[in-house]
Amino acid sequence: MIRDRHPGAEAVAQKGWLRAHAWLLARRTSQLSILALFLLGPWFGVWIVKGNLNASLTLDVLPLTDPYVLLQSLAAGHLPEMTAIAGALIVAAFYLLAGGRAYCAWVCPVNMVTDGAHWLRERLGISGASRLSAATRYWILAATLILAALTSTLAWEFINPVSMLHRGLIFGMGLAWLLVLSVFLLDLLVSRRAWCAHLCPVGAFYSLLGTRSMLRVRAERREHCDDCMDCFLVCPEPRVIRPALKGAAKGIGPVITSANCTNCGRCIDVCAKNVFRFGSRFGNRPDTPGQSTQHSPGVEVLR
Amino acid sequence: MSPAAPGSTGKPASPARRRFLLDAARTGGGVALFSVGLGLYTQQAASLPALALRPPGALDEPAFLGACVRCGLCVRDCPWDTLKLATLGEEVATGTPYFTAREVPCEMCEDIPCVKACPTGALDPALTDIDDARMGLAVLIDEENCLNFQGLRCDVCYRVCPSIDKAITLELQHNPRSGKHALFIPTVHSDACTGCGKCEKACVLEQAAIRVLPARLARGELGAHYRWGWKEKQKAGGSLVPPDQEHRYNLPRGERYDYEGKGLIMDETDQAVPFARNPLDTLNRGLEEQR
Repeated sequence: MIRDRHPGAEAVAQKGWLRAHAWLLARRTSQLSILALFLLGPWFGVWIVKGNLNASLTLDVLPLTDPYVLLQSLAAGHLPEMTAIAGALIVAAFYLLAGGRAYCAWVCPVNMVTDGAHWLRERLGISGASRLSAATRYWILAATLILAALTSTLAWEFINPVSMLHRGLIFGMGLAWLLVLSVFLLDLLVSRRAWCAHLCPVGAFYSLLGTRSMLRVRAERREHCDDCMDCFLVCPEPRVIRPALKGAAKGIGPVITSANCTNCGRCIDVCAKNVFRFGSRFGNRPDTPGQSTQHSPGVEVLR
Repeated sequence: MSPAAPGSTGKPASPARRRFLLDAARTGGGVALFSVGLGLYTQQAASLPALALRPPGALDEPAFLGACVRCGLCVRDCPWDTLKLATLGEEVATGTPYFTAREVPCEMCEDIPCVKACPTGALDPALTDIDDARMGLAVLIDEENCLNFQGLRCDVCYRVCPSIDKAITLELQHNPRSGKHALFIPTVHSDACTGCGKCEKACVLEQAAIRVLPARLARGELGAHYRWGWKEKQKAGGSLVPPDQEHRYNLPRGERYDYEGKGLIMDETDQAVPFARNPLDTLNRGLEEQR
């Protein structure tokens, strides 16, 4: 079965293709640019960034460290040198502002793999409910840290497809493509968004990191929602939208506050009514000025 | 607990609660299974093959695997492309840096850029003199094929050693095959060998007769209680077994043995002995006529 109408068609018709894909394009540009920065060195000898996403050195001055990797190292019983700690603090500070899972949507190379799998899954009309709990990733996150402590090694890094894909592209892949293929097939065949939205402990860590992050998607014009459901269909974490979009009657503000939101902005793209925009987490009042919650057709339907 | 709570009352649990517990149990079970698998795999994959050497200053292997974040910055700063990151499918823990001496040995840069590049201290920044590095220990592993052991003057491992005459020396021995030549035995000294692997790289054989092994494979270890008698004697400045007993040999009359180093002593004064003063004369007695 091929879907006859893909989500966002209305937005494309109203806003034009480019504006209806603006954030998606920006995101792909970000993902590819970051990868390109890492590849400039080994491919062209232009050393702007050295290392990989686990730890890197930019322009020979700026150290960046993945705080999750560093946390595993601490759990394994190693107190790292200041360089790594400083790098992790810089990265953590950035995601505290930009939204923890902005890492997933804007940086992580596996996102392109799983987005590709999702796209193909939709095109091929593969469905079937999986009972994978979205909380599994937090269990796995805890398990990786416990394992690090028990084995005194970065146990998760032995099989982490995220760091392995990135490192593989820069330093040589080996058999890591098998893992990446597994993730692709998992998302394609087994369960919708199985990896990023259910299993990946890296994303789970960044979720926790960004629990209080500043940059948020806001359903600012939610009273204009016409229940086309496009945002739910494109959202990698559909549960995060509902409270903000449909919570006006329950006194819930328009900010998507869930830590699982990846700040991908795809909902902004596909909404023909321009309900969503990026904003801060502040001013999350249910009674946004000019809002006529009581007469919003969307809310009526939901009741 | 609320009054409606199951268990005490014997009423069935609420479906929502039952579902929650079941979901949690299933997820927990699945993750536990995953953890056991990963934990066991980790133990397997953490064993470093003998010929894979860590960069200079690397912590002990177990600590290294907890400290190295697999970023590859040491690889990038290695000017000789000695280091590489292990990929999935190799025997070395994925993403960790190593080198194989027979392929590209460590050139022992004086500024040790790989250690400087390491952000975590997996390569110990306390290593500031490359001569203090202990990446492994060279072992002349195959005496049967080593050319020098056959009496040839190959000497290549000795010549290329960056710590020549300290880490590798040539020790002279009698060559029993020819009966009149010397063997120049390449001998590695652990107090100076850094394990750079240049000797292994340079060995002219098809398969190197000298190889750099991790210290755990290359070295024996004395029992903790064991003492070398002569060293203890030197340390104490005298015999530790008081007093030194006079050795009593069954020597012919007129001969004594000095136990403090003079050796066999012929008593000049005693003329009554039936033997010549020089033992050789006694042995050669009767041969004089045949000369």
